[in-house]
Amino acid sequence: MSFNLLVLICLLYVALLFVLAAWAEGRAAIGGTRILRAPLIYPLSLSIYCTAWTFYGAVGYAARSGLEFVTIYLGPTLVFIGWWVILRKLVRIGRVHRVTSIADLISSRFGKSNLLGVTVTLIAVTASTPYIALQLQSVTQSFAVFASDTPQGWALPNGSATAAWVAGGLALFTILFGTRNLASNEQHHGIVTAIAFEAVVKLAALLAVGVFVVWGLGGGPSAVAGKIAALDLASWRPDASRWTALIFVSAAAIITLPRMFNVMVVENIDSAHLARASWAFPAYLFLMSLFILPIAVVGMERLPTANPDMLVLTLPLSEGQGALAMLAFLGGFSSATSMVIVETIALATMISNHIIMPAWLRLRPKAAMRSDLRAWVLRARRLSIIAVLGLGLEYFRLSGGSSNLAAMGLIAFVGMAQVLPAVLGGIFWRGATGVGAMLGMVAGIAVWAGLLFLPSFGAAIDPDGMGKDLFGPHWAWPAAFFGAADMDPLVHAIFWSMLVNITLFILGSLLTFPGPVERVQGAAFVNVFDQDIAADRLGWVQGQAEPEALLAMAQRIIGEDAAISLFEEAARAQGKGGFLPDLTPDFLSMLERRMAGSVGAATAHAMISQLFGRAMVTVEDLMAVANETVQILEYSTRLESQQAEVTRTARALREANEKLTAISVQKDAFLGQISHELRTPMTSIRAFSEILTEGDLPPEKVAEFGAVIHAEALRLTRLLDDLLDLSVLENGSVQLNIATANLGALIDRALAASSQTRPERSFDIQRAPSQEEIFLRTDEGRLVQVFINLISNARKYCDANSPTLRIAVRQKGAKVLVDFIDNGTGIPKDQQGIIFEKFARLSDTAAVGGAGLGLAICREVMASLGGTISYLPGQKGAAFRVSIPLRIGRAV
Amino acid sequence: MAGQILLIEDEPNIAEAIRFLLGRDGWQVTVLTTGQGAIAEIARLGPQVVILDLMLPVRSGLQILTDIRADPATLDLPVLMLTAKGQERDREAAFAAGVSNFMTKPFDNNEMRAAVRALMGGT
Repeated sequence: MSFNLLVLICLLYVALLFVLAAWAEGRAAIGGTRILRAPLIYPLSLSIYCTAWTFYGAVGYAARSGLEFVTIYLGPTLVFIGWWVILRKLVRIGRVHRVTSIADLISSRFGKSNLLGVTVTLIAVTASTPYIALQLQSVTQSFAVFASDTPQGWALPNGSATAAWVAGGLALFTILFGTRNLASNEQHHGIVTAIAFEAVVKLAALLAVGVFVVWGLGGGPSAVAGKIAALDLASWRPDASRWTALIFVSAAAIITLPRMFNVMVVENIDSAHLARASWAFPAYLFLMSLFILPIAVVGMERLPTANPDMLVLTLPLSEGQGALAMLAFLGGFSSATSMVIVETIALATMISNHIIMPAWLRLRPKAAMRSDLRAWVLRARRLSIIAVLGLGLEYFRLSGGSSNLAAMGLIAFVGMAQVLPAVLGGIFWRGATGVGAMLGMVAGIAVWAGLLFLPSFGAAIDPDGMGKDLFGPHWAWPAAFFGAADMDPLVHAIFWSMLVNITLFILGSLLTFPGPVERVQGAAFVNVFDQDIAADRLGWVQGQAEPEALLAMAQRIIGEDAAISLFEEAARAQGKGGFLPDLTPDFLSMLERRMAGSVGAATAHAMISQLFGRAMVTVEDLMAVANETVQILEYSTRLESQQAEVTRTARALREANEKLTAISVQKDAFLGQISHELRTPMTSIRAFSEILTEGDLPPEKVAEFGAVIHAEALRLTRLLDDLLDLSVLENGSVQLNIATANLGALIDRALAASSQTRPERSFDIQRAPSQEEIFLRTDEGRLVQVFINLISNARKYCDANSPTLRIAVRQKGAKVLVDFIDNGTGIPKDQQGIIFEKFARLSDTAAVGGAGLGLAICREVMASLGGTISYLPGQKGAAFRVSIPLRIGRAV
Repeated sequence: MAGQILLIEDEPNIAEAIRFLLGRDGWQVTVLTTGQGAIAEIARLGPQVVILDLMLPVRSGLQILTDIRADPATLDLPVLMLTAKGQERDREAAFAAGVSNFMTKPFDNNEMRAAVRALMGGT
C-alpha cells in the first residue's frame, strides 16, 4: 500500500468525522438533541478512556506482563459498577454548578479560588503531556509499520516530522470543532457524536483482528486456549500490591483524567444516561479486552522479534491481510485522535479559564468589561489548544519515542490521580479546605514528578526502571517498614505520592478554617442532592449595577440570544414583562453560574463583582449568608416550611389585592383616555360646524373648515375602528385567516403600506432578503398589520438625522424572530414598560397623529398569533422584537 | 385696545377654531402648542385672559395654572381651563388650583365667547 493512499485514507476518515460532527452540531443548533439522547452515545463517548494505549499497548502489555493489563480495565469497571454513587454526585454537581472542567470543579468547591484552578490546570497539563505524546507516537509508529511493509520501500523521512504533521492536523480539527462557539454549558455535540462513532470503529477493528487471529491463525478457541495454557501464565499468580495499586490508579483515572471528566460530567446532558453507562461502559471495556491475550500469544509465536505494541497491526500485515490491517490502523487512529481532541479541549478550557482570562481581567479590567469577551475567550482557547499539542510533541521528541506505550500512560494516570483526594474530599467532606487541597496536590505532584515524570525524559522507559528515583536507593527504605523490602517501583511511586497527598490534605483541612465563600460552596457541593439553596444565594446583596449593563456584559459572554432569553425568563419568573429582571441575589447567582459555564467560576465571580464595583458583598454579608445557608440546610424543619407557606399565602393575597386595585385604577384611567380621544376630534367638528352654519364666510374659509371637519371625522372613525379591533382581540374572539405566507413578501407589503407616513422624509430600510426566505403558517393580514405599525412608528418617531430602520430576521427553533431596530434615541428606560399599554403615547399628537393604540393592538395581535412582541433594550435606537411561531397553534 | 388672549392648546384644529372664533370678536389670540415656556410667554405678552388645555405635552395645564397662581404678578390673571377628559375629578382639581372658569370639550361656540367676554370684563 502506498504512503499516499494511506494518507488519503486518513484524510478521508477525518473528513468523514468532520461531516458527522458538523451534522450533529447542526441538529443540536436547531434544538435536536435526539442523536445525543440516543441510548448508547454517552457510554460510547466514555470509551475515549480506551486510547491508542489500550488499542495497541494492551497487547504489548500482555506480551510483557501477562494478565496484568486487565487492571487497566478493572479499575473503571469497579468505579462504574460499584462506585457510581461518586459519579452520580459528580454529574449532579457538574450540572447544578455548570462546571467546565476538573480544575473548575476544585476551584469552585474551594471558594472559587483561582489559585487552586491554576494549580489543577498545571497538574493536568503536566500529567497529560506524556499521554498526548503517547498518542502521537502510536500514530507515528503505525505509519512506520506500514512504511516498512511496502515493497517499494518508501520510508518515513523522520518520525518527529510525521508526529508534527499529525499534531498539526489534530490541532486544526480540534480548533474547528472545539472552539466554534462558546456554549455556556461548554458542551460540544459535534465532537461527542464523532467520538462515539470512533468508539464503534475501534471496537470493530479490535474485534475483527481478534476473530482473525483466533479462527484464522490460531486454529479456533480451544487451540488458542491451549497455547495460553502452555505459557507460564498458567502458573502465574498476580502480585497483590501491584494489582491493587494499578486498579487504584486506573479507577482514579476514570474520574480525574481531564478528558474523562469532560465527557462524563461536562458533556452529560441527562443524568439518567449515567445509569445506563454503569453496565454499557464496562461491557464495552470487556469486549475491548476480550482478544488481547490471544493476539499477544499468537503474535509472539508468529512474530517473536516484532514490537509487541504493534502486533495488532503487524499480525494482519504479515499475513497479507491488507484490508484488515487498514481497519486496525483506522481503529488505532480513531483511538488516538478521539483522545487527543477531547483531552486538548478539556485542557484548553482550563488554561483559558483559569490562567489566560483571569490574568487578562487583572491586567486590563476596564478593557475586559468593554470588549467582546467571547472572541477573546475563543482566541485564548485556540492558542491553548496549539500550546497543549505543542507540549505533547515536544515531550515526544525529548523522550525520544519510548518503545513502551503502557509506561507512558501509567505516568499520566498517577499524575492525575493526585487530584483525586481533593475531588472526593471536596464532594463528600464539608471540612475539606482549599489550603488542605492545595498542600496535598502540590506535595503529591512533587513526589510524582521526582519518582516518575522526570526520570521518563531521556532514555527509553523500561517498566523495571520505572521508579528508580532521583533520590537514590536510600529513599526506598520506608518500603521495608511495611515488610516489603523489594516494593515494586511503580507501586512505590503510587503509594508514596498518595500517602503524602492524602495526609497533607487531611491535616491541612483540619488545621485551617474555610473562608465564607468556601463554606457556602462546601455545603452546596456536599449537599447537592438535598437542595441547591446554597448555590442559589451565593452572597449577592442588592447592588447598584444596572440590569441593562449586566445584560450587555452577559451578551458578550454567553451570546446575544442566550443572554436575552435568560434575562427574559428571569424577568418572567419574577412576574415582570420585558427583558430586565430585578437584580435579586437569586438572579445574580444564576447569572453567575451561567457565565461560569463559559469563563469559569472564579472569573465569572470576579466579573460580576467588577460590574457591581463597591456594591460587592463584604465579608460580614457573606458570613451572614453563609450562616443562614447552613441553617437552612441543617435545620430545615417543618416549622420553617409552614412559616414559608403562610408567608407565601399572605404574599399571594397581597398581590391579588394590589392587582385588583391596579385594575380599577386602570379602568378609570382608560375611560378618561377614551373620553379625551373621542372628544378631541369632536371639539373641532362641533366648533367648525357651528361656524359654518352661521353662513357669512368667504368660500375659501368654507372649504378649509370643511376639510378640517372631514379629517377629524376620519380620525374619529379610525379611533373607533381601533377600539373595536382591540376589544375583539382582547376578548380572544378574533377570527384568524390562516394561510402559508412568505415572510419576505409580508415585509414588502408592510413597507409599501407604511410608505405614506411622513413621506416627505427620506427613510432608509436595511434588510437581508436571503434571511427572509421563510414560510410561515399564520394570519398574513394580522401579521402585516403589526409590521405596518412598527414601521410607521419608526417613520414617525425616529429622530436621527438620516433615519434608518434595520429589519433583521432569524429563525430560532420553531420560532422566527423579526427585529425592527432604528437609529434614533430609542425609548427612555422608564417608559419601556408602558409602551404596550393602551394610550401610552410618548410624544405629542400634534406632530404625528394617532391615538396610542397601535402597540397595544400589536401586542394583542401577536398573542392571538401565538407569538410575542417586546421592546428590546440595550440596542442603539428603538428596537422591537416580534417572535412568530413557524406554524400557528403549535406550542412555542 | 383689543384684549390679548394667550391660548395654550396642543390640538392644531381646536386652536384654529378658537382663534378664528375669538379673533372675529376682536380679540388678539396668540397660540402656544405645548406647556413649555408658558410662564415666560405670559410674562412677555401680558395677556388679559389665558385659555389653558388640561392635557398638554411637557407640562400639564394644572402645573402651569399652579405656577401662574404662585407668581404675585399673575395671581389674579383670569384663566379659562378646557378639558376633553370630562371627569368631575379634574374640575375639582382645577378649581382647587384657582382656575377662573372651566369648560368641557366639545364646547358651544357662544358659551366660549361669553365666557371669554365675562373674563375680559372682570379685568
